[in-house]
Amino acid sequence: MSRLSDKLAQQQFVMTAEIAPPKGFDVGAALAKAELLRDMDAINVTDNQGACMRMSPLALSRVLIDQGFEPILQITCRDRNRMALQSDLLGAAALGVENLLLLTGDHPKFGDHKSSRPVFDLDSVQLIKAVDGLTQGVDMAGNSLCSTPQFFSGAAVAPAAEPQLLVLKKFQKKIACGTQFFQSQAVFQRSQLESFMAEAERLKVPVILGVLLLKNIRMANFLNRNIPGVQVPLDLLQRLEEANDPLQEGVQIACEMVALAREFCQGVHLMTFGHENLIPQILAD
Amino acid sequence: MIISTPKGREELEALLKDYRSLFLIGCGACATVCKVGGEDEVFATQEWLEETGREVVGSMILEEACHIMRSARELRRCKAQVEEADALLVLSCGAGVQSISNCVEKRVLTGVNSLFLGNIRRFGEFEEKCSLCGECILNETAGICPVTNCAKGLLNGPCGGLEDGHCEVDEERECTWLKIHERLEKQQRQGVFDRAVEAKDWSKKFRPGQHQLDKNEEKK
Repeated sequence: MSRLSDKLAQQQFVMTAEIAPPKGFDVGAALAKAELLRDMDAINVTDNQGACMRMSPLALSRVLIDQGFEPILQITCRDRNRMALQSDLLGAAALGVENLLLLTGDHPKFGDHKSSRPVFDLDSVQLIKAVDGLTQGVDMAGNSLCSTPQFFSGAAVAPAAEPQLLVLKKFQKKIACGTQFFQSQAVFQRSQLESFMAEAERLKVPVILGVLLLKNIRMANFLNRNIPGVQVPLDLLQRLEEANDPLQEGVQIACEMVALAREFCQGVHLMTFGHENLIPQILAD
Repeated sequence: MIISTPKGREELEALLKDYRSLFLIGCGACATVCKVGGEDEVFATQEWLEETGREVVGSMILEEACHIMRSARELRRCKAQVEEADALLVLSCGAGVQSISNCVEKRVLTGVNSLFLGNIRRFGEFEEKCSLCGECILNETAGICPVTNCAKGLLNGPCGGLEDGHCEVDEERECTWLKIHERLEKQQRQGVFDRAVEAKDWSKKFRPGQHQLDKNEEKK
């Protein structure tokens, strides 16, 4: 089993972060960034993130494995139908990829290929179920596989999105279909995390809390305006605005979120946007 | 009702550059309601063609261009004029255009883009509600179709793009899954949230579609 799944099974606190494959085939810069994330338990590799075309995350995942990293391969439903998805999943297993993050995917409208056809042959729940089937040796059409892959199947959730009751309904479906861990969107309010985690605890599924480094007030406002499911509350906006060193204040806020994660969740997923050097500070107790 | 929009004059100009004489066809059904191929539009197009130095050798409004046999019959009555034309310009949906292109040897051109199967809100205002997907889920989704109304056609609930109740693709639009959720709550039932909906069976959406009432055994 993967290191990530082992640690979560042993109820150890895990740390993850993410890198994007290059727009090109030279993996040098991606590997340099991965090097800054050596201490992470696993590294997410994004799949045409923001609907912008980049190198296949499957290829970069294998390159990471060769360098001694443990990837979490992100797979979205936007660009491939069920045949292509299953085919890539079997390929992932052959290349030694075990951790998956199964996502719906951003709409092409947001990306750099706006006129491409959005596929969405499956939704994330159906993709999770398909992966569960593969790990039992059966494809989506009910055919037996000649060898059975092993995956550690993750999904995403936005605990701060409203209405939470609706978010929870989909969360429950994902669990019922075989999700083994969640990586969450950033949450900044204790109350939101507390009520969400009560449900996650009841359903006995580990949640890795998204912790986002707020660099300044501009970034926080941008998140509030443009990123669904992320809500930076007023008091934090004020702290960022009044701080002499907003980045340091952002680090402080991230530290507080890590503390919340240690209280309620099973790990943190760090989003530091080029400030990977600040990770040790964010994780310092 | 099939909703369509006219092609721009610039595109038409390029399309028609090699044709001097044209036979013009409109449709009395959807294209008339959408104001792309009714009497007014056929007349306006005729004027424009003549202004741009072309000859319109004849024109007609078919009752329903999508009716294959009837359209062929109506068109045969104008055989002489059709013979005289370099090409036929049809102002109807793509279905209507193909009724015509299958019954004449001449080049058949379309002057409109077909958009969707639409409901009518009020005159000139159309909304897509159904994608004709062949496997209807409305009974579980409180009568709101996610295949059509969700930008991603999701079947198991909203995506992560739900923000303040709006769709990430168009913030003017309410998230369809929120509407389904709210209506189900009002009806005090779980509906589609009661189960993980299987991946859609796209084999039920035959391409090309074919259906004959008397051969339809499934309904028995």
